[in-house]
Amino acid sequence: MLALADYLIVSAILLCLSVAGIIMNRKNVIILLMCIELMLLAVNTNFIAFSRFNDDVSGQVFVFFILTVAAAEAAIGLAILVVLFRNKKSINVEDLNSMKG
Amino acid sequence: MQNLCLAIVGAPLFAALSAGLFGKQIGRSGVHWLTSGAVGLSFFLSALVFWRVVIGSEETYNANLYQWLSSGGINFHIGFLVDELTATMMIVVTFVSWMVHIYTIGYMHDDPGYQRFFSYISFFTFSMLMLVMSNNFLQLFFGWEAVGFVSYLLIGFWYTKDTAIYANLKAFLVNRVGDFGFLLGIGAIYMHFGTLDYVEVFSQTSALQDKTIEILSGYEWSLMTVICLLLFVGAMGKSAQVPLHVWLPDSMEGPTPISALIHAATMVTAGIFMVARMSPLFELSETALSVVLVIGSVTAFFMGILGLVQNDIKRVVAYSTLSQLGYMTVALGVSAYAAGIFHLFTHAFFKALLFLAAGSVIIGMHHEQDMRKMGGLRKYMPVTFITCLIGSLALIGFPGFSGFFSKDAIIEAVHYSSIPGAGLAYVAVLGGVFITALYSFRLIFLVFYGKERFDEKTRSHLHESPLVVTGPLVCLALLSVVSGGLAVSSMLFGDYFGSSIFVYPEHDVLAALGAHYHGPLAMVIHGLAQPPFWLATSGVIVAWFCYLKSPEIPERIAQSLAYIHRILLDKYGFDRFNAWFFAGGARTVGSFLFRKGDSTLIDGLIVNGSAKVVGWGAEVLRRMQSGLLYHYAFAMILGLITLLALFVHSGFFAD
Amino acid sequence: MFEQVLFYVFSGLVLFAAAMVITVKNPVHAALCLVLAFFSSSGLWLLLEAEFLAIALVLVYVGAVMVLFLFVVMMLDINIAELREGFAGYVPVAVLVAAAMLVLLSTIVGHVNFGVDSIQGVAAHASDYSNTKALGMSMYTDFIWPFEIASVILLVAIVAAITLTLRKSRQTKSANPSNQVAVKSGDRVRLVKVPSEPQE
Repeated sequence: MLALADYLIVSAILLCLSVAGIIMNRKNVIILLMCIELMLLAVNTNFIAFSRFNDDVSGQVFVFFILTVAAAEAAIGLAILVVLFRNKKSINVEDLNSMKG
Repeated sequence: MQNLCLAIVGAPLFAALSAGLFGKQIGRSGVHWLTSGAVGLSFFLSALVFWRVVIGSEETYNANLYQWLSSGGINFHIGFLVDELTATMMIVVTFVSWMVHIYTIGYMHDDPGYQRFFSYISFFTFSMLMLVMSNNFLQLFFGWEAVGFVSYLLIGFWYTKDTAIYANLKAFLVNRVGDFGFLLGIGAIYMHFGTLDYVEVFSQTSALQDKTIEILSGYEWSLMTVICLLLFVGAMGKSAQVPLHVWLPDSMEGPTPISALIHAATMVTAGIFMVARMSPLFELSETALSVVLVIGSVTAFFMGILGLVQNDIKRVVAYSTLSQLGYMTVALGVSAYAAGIFHLFTHAFFKALLFLAAGSVIIGMHHEQDMRKMGGLRKYMPVTFITCLIGSLALIGFPGFSGFFSKDAIIEAVHYSSIPGAGLAYVAVLGGVFITALYSFRLIFLVFYGKERFDEKTRSHLHESPLVVTGPLVCLALLSVVSGGLAVSSMLFGDYFGSSIFVYPEHDVLAALGAHYHGPLAMVIHGLAQPPFWLATSGVIVAWFCYLKSPEIPERIAQSLAYIHRILLDKYGFDRFNAWFFAGGARTVGSFLFRKGDSTLIDGLIVNGSAKVVGWGAEVLRRMQSGLLYHYAFAMILGLITLLALFVHSGFFAD
Repeated sequence: MFEQVLFYVFSGLVLFAAAMVITVKNPVHAALCLVLAFFSSSGLWLLLEAEFLAIALVLVYVGAVMVLFLFVVMMLDINIAELREGFAGYVPVAVLVAAAMLVLLSTIVGHVNFGVDSIQGVAAHASDYSNTKALGMSMYTDFIWPFEIASVILLVAIVAAITLTLRKSRQTKSANPSNQVAVKSGDRVRLVKVPSEPQE
C-alpha cells in the first residue's frame, strides 16, 4: 500500500534536484527555465497526491491552473529569451547585469 | 478711584510715548514741559489718593480693570490695589520722579539725547507705578521687568562709552539672576495657590503654611520657605543685596538724575516694597526671615566699608545706597516691615537729594567726579553745600533729621528681635552707623572743605547751579528734614499701614518699641543718649580728623593695612570672582559645547555621521545588489531553507 | 503490489530524468530528458487517478511547451562551453543546499506525518467514475471565475510573447517626431558665400 508520504518525498527530491540545478547551471537561462518547470512539476505532484488522499477534486483544479500559468510563463520566458539573445547575442546570465547598482 | 489710578499711570506713559516717538517734532522745551507736567500731574493725583486712602481712611481699592488673557482656568488681569502701602510708594515715586524731571532740565541741558532721556524717565515712572499699584503677581512682574529694562537703557544712556555699555550689560545680567528666582517664586505660588491675585493668595496662606514639598527626593522643604526665599532672590537682585549687589556701583555710569531716581530712590527699593507687600507670606517662614536678616546686615555693614575707599563722588553715594538698602532689608528680616518702608520713604528723599547734590557738584566741576580734585566748594556752591550737608545729616541719622527716625527704629527693632541672626545683625547695623557717618563726612570734607585742589580754569567757571537744579535740591532737603518727624508717629507706631502689612504678634517688634514711644520729640531727646548717636558723632569726628586735620593719616592707614586696603579696592573680589567664575566659566562651557557639542557631536556625529552611516549602509547594500540573477535566486533559496528550518524547529508538526 | 512496482519505476524515471536535465551538457538533451520526466510523472499522476491532468500534461507540456523549448534551443546559436563554465565549482554548493533542503523537507513530509498510519487513502474509484467529468463539474461551477481569469492570463501571454518577438518590418516608413522637433536650420539650409562677379 502506498502512503501519501511516498509521493511527497518523490516530489521533495524532485524539488531539491531542481534547486541544485538552478545553482549549478547558473549561467544557462534555458536550463534555469527547465528547472523551474521541474519545480512546478514537483508542486503539481504534491497537489494531486493530496487531492487523491483527501478525495477532493479541488487540488486537481489548482494543478490545472498552475499548468495554465506555467505554460504562459514558459511562452513569455522563451519570448524574452529570444529577444535577449537577439540584442545581446548571448544567454549568459552573467551578461544580464544592467540592473547592477 | 479707578479713573484716578488710570490717570496716574496713564499720564507718564502718554508723556513717555509722545516724547519718545515725536520728540523731534515737539522740541526740547516741549518735551520737558510735557513730561514734567505729566509726572507732576501724577504726583498731585497721587497726593489726592494718599489723602483719601491714608488720611481719609477710604476703603482699600482693589479691582481688575482689564483681562489680559485667560488660559487653563487662570485669568491674567491688569488691576490696581491701592492701600496705605501703595499710596505711600506712589507718592514717593511720583514726587522724586517729578523732582528728577525738573532737575534733569538743568543737568542734561546740553545733551543731544535730551528727548530720549525724558522719554525714558517718564516711562520709568509709569513702570514703577505699575509695579507698586499692581494687585497681582503678573503685573508686579511686568513692572519689575519694565523698570529693569529702563534701568538698562539709562545706565547705557551714553551708549558710546564702553564702560557704560559694560555696566548696563552687567546690571541686566545680574538682574536676570534675581528675576529668575523671582519668576520661580511666582511659579511656585501659582502652582500651590492656583491664583496670582494678591488677596486670593494671602487668604490661603493659613491653609498652606505647614505644607512641605520635596524638591530633591528625600528632603522635605517647607513650601513657604521655598517661596519666600525664591521671591527674596528677586528682591536681592533688584535691591542689590550681597551677592547680587555688583551691578549697582557700576550703574553710576548712567547720568546722575538716573542714579538719583532709579538707583537710589525708587527702583532699587522695589525689592523692599515687594517683601513688605508679601509680608503675609514671609511671616510664615522664620527661616526666610532669618536669611533676609543676615543678607541685609552683611550688605549694610560691608558695603558701607567700601564707601570709605572710593574716590568717585557718585560711587561713594552708591555704596551708601547699598548700605542703606541693607538696613531696609534688615528691617524686613526682623518683621519691622513698617520700619523698612519708613526708611525707604525717608531714604528716597535724602538719597535722591545726595545724588542730585553730587550731580550739582559734577555740573559745577564740569563733569569731574574725582573727589581728590575737589575741595573748598562751600564758597562757590552754597546751596548745594547746605542741601548736601542736610542730606548727609539725614543719612547718618542725626537726631531730628528724617533718617534718624527710620534708622533708629530699625536699630531698635533689631535689638528687640529674637529671630535667629538678630545678634549679628545688631552688631552690623551699629557698626554701619559709624561707617556711614565716616564716609558721608569724608565726602563732605573732601568736596566742600579743605584746600582747593582743582586748577585755575575750573575755578573761573565754578558757580552755583541754576534754579532748575537747586530747586529740587531745596525741596528734597526740606523733606529730608521734616518727613521723618512728621510721619514717625503714625507710620511706625500708629495703625498707618492698616491691613496692607501683616505681622504675627510674636514677631511684632515695633509694638514692643511702641511701648516706649512718647512722640517724636521724646524720641529725639532719647536718641541723643543712645549708642547710634555716639557712634555717628564719633564717625564725623574721625572723618574730620582724618580728612581735614591731618590728611596724611588715611594714606598711612592704607599703607600699613595694605592687604585689607587692596581687598576693599577690589570690592571683596566679587567682580573678579564673577568675571572669572561665571563669565569665564560660561565662556569655557560655551567654547567646550561649541567645539565638542556642536562641531563634534552635532555637526560631526549627528549630521555628517548619519550621512556617513547612510553612505556606508548604501555601500554595503550596493554590493548585495549585484544585478546578477543567480545571486537573487540563491538568496531566495537560502530564504526558503531558513523558513523551512524555522518551520521544522518550531515544532509545527510535533504532534 | 503491482501499483507499488509501477510507483517505484515511475519515480525512479522521474528522478533520473531530472538529474539528467540538470547535469547534461547539451541543452537539447536536457530538453529531451525533461520530456522524459514529464512522461514519467504523468504516469505517477495516473497512479493517483488524475487521468485528465496526466493526459493534459503530456499534451500540453510534451506536445507544446517542450517543443517550444526545443525550438528555441535549436534556433539560438548557443556557445555551450561558455555556459558550462564554473559548473564543477558549483556542484558542492548545490549538493550541500539541496541536501539541507531535502533533510528539512523530508522531516516535514516524511512517514511520520504523512505515513499510512496518519492518513488513510480512500478506496479506488469505481470503474465508471470519470475524473474528467468530476474535474469539469468542479471547474465550471466552483472555480468558474478563476477559470475565466486563467483564460485571460493565457491571452495576455499570447499577446506578450508576440509583442516581444515581433520585429518591425524594414519597409515600414514613419516619421520620428522628436527628431523633427530637434532639427536646426543649419541642418536643412546651408548658406554659402559666393564671391560676387567683379565689375568691368
